Formats: sequence, structure tokens, C-alpha cells
Amino acid sequence: MKKFTSLLLGLIWLSLSSFQPDEIEMADGLRSGGLIFIVVMVVLIMVLGLVFYLFTLDMKISKLEKESSEPKKE
Amino acid sequence: MLKLNKPWFKILTLLLLVYTCIYGLLGPVPRLPVLHETIRVLYFHVPMWFGMVILLTVSMVYGIRYLRNGDEQLDDMSLSFAKTGIVFGVLGLLTGMVWANYTWGTPWHGDPKQTAAAIAMLIYFAYLVLRNSIEDQQRKARVSAVYNVFAYAALIPLLFILPRLTSSMHPGSGGNPGFNTYDLDSNMRLVFYPAVLGWTFLGIWISLLTFRFRRLYSERMKKIYES
Repeated sequence: MKKFTSLLLGLIWLSLSSFQPDEIEMADGLRSGGLIFIVVMVVLIMVLGLVFYLFTLDMKISKLEKESSEPKKE
Repeated sequence: MLKLNKPWFKILTLLLLVYTCIYGLLGPVPRLPVLHETIRVLYFHVPMWFGMVILLTVSMVYGIRYLRNGDEQLDDMSLSFAKTGIVFGVLGLLTGMVWANYTWGTPWHGDPKQTAAAIAMLIYFAYLVLRNSIEDQQRKARVSAVYNVFAYAALIPLLFILPRLTSSMHPGSGGNPGFNTYDLDSNMRLVFYPAVLGWTFLGIWISLLTFRFRRLYSERMKKIYES
């Protein structure tokens, strides 16, 4: 009987522990290896590039607006 | 809105986006099963929808203002904001599909909120089609401003009311209020709110550029007709 209860408890413990992973997998290794910084750099280059493009567009449009608002000299 | 066409606004947008990209990817996030690191998509996917709703609200307000006094510029403003809002919505759908593929198991889950968002996008696509199908400038502006109000009146229940009436995979849907204390951890709020502001400001900036371009274009067209 004692053996049976300990077996039962053991099985319950096994099933519970196998269903509840105590560590949730995150990208810690990647982070410590420094590789995440590459992703950050890539994303930053994209955002900076796009914003830079918007700035140039903005300047071009401002220039055109200035030209069309000034009375034409003939 | 044109008051925002200032250097400080653009620099602020840039800073908010840079902050989002650095702290969004490196900052601490809660460790959750299934989501793992994909929880960071929240900083990029959800602001698209917040931004879209804000931009489409601005578009609707300018539509109403056009109907009140018939100034052509207000119609241009309404169209520019609607266009950027639609781009944000499409990006929101696409990023949502990628996220859903790895967390829900399939890109198109048939989730009520996902389907409702797709329907809302179709309604707004029809706005653009409607605009382009009317030749007369004033009629075009008037009809599309009225349609804009109706589209907005469909958008809000589709996104915020209908998904809550059924069960949805989206957090905050299925009877719960959208932002309760359990949804967002305080570390994530530090990145999430600046992210929403940053992406929305970017949308406003693009809309203002579109508007200014349209003004220049129509001025030039008028000159060609006159000469």
C-alpha cells in the first residue's frame, strides 16, 4: 500500500511538473551573445532612413510651396 | 492640424520612434508562455490600429467641416488623413497576420476582431473608389465627405463593440474592457504609450505632406486650365 501511494504521488508529481515548465523560453542567450543588437541596428537604420526620406520630401515640398506663393517675376 | 507642421514636431516623432525601437526590443517584458518574445510586437502592431483610428477620426472631422463651409482645402485634408489611415490599417492587418501565424497557429484565424478590421478596411477602400468614380470636383468632395461619416460610424462598432459581444482571441475582447490592469505590465506601458504617440505622429506627418502635395498639385492644375 505504501509503495502504491508513493508511486501514485510520484506519478502526480511527474505529470504536474511535466505540464508546468518552470522556465519560459526567452531570447536571453541571444541577448547575452549580443546578437539582438544587430536586430536593433537594422530596425534603427530602417526607421532613420524612412524618417530621413520624409525630411527630404518635406523640404522639397516646402521649396515648391515657397516658389508658388511668391509672385512670379516676368 | 497644419499647426503641427513644425520642426519640433518632426524631431519629437523621430525621437519617439528611435526610443520605441531601442527599448521596445531591449527593454524588460513579462515572460509568458506561447507569446515569448513576440510580446514585443505589441509596440508595433497595436500602435498601427491606434494610429489608424486617430487618423480616420481627423479625416471624418475634416469631412464634416467641409460639409459645413465647402472649403476645398478641408476636403483635401480629409482625403490625406483617410489615405494614411488606410495605409496604417493595412499594415496593422499584415503585422497581425504574421503575429497570428506564430501564436494562434494560422495567419487568418477568423477571429471576430480580425474579421471586423478587414471589413472596416473594405469599407474604407470603397471610400477611395467612390472618390475616384465622380468627375465633378464639388460633388466628389461632398459625396465622399458624407460617405466618410458613414464609414466612421461603421468603423467604431466594428472594432470596439462587435468583437466584445463574442469571444475573441484579442486581449480585452470577449466582455472585458480594453485596458484593464492585467493586460499591460507597467514596464511595457513605458514603451507602449510613447510607441503609440510616435507612430501616430508619423502618420500625421505623412498626412500633412500628402495634403501639401495635393494643394501644390491642384494649384498647378488650375494654372494650366487658366492659361
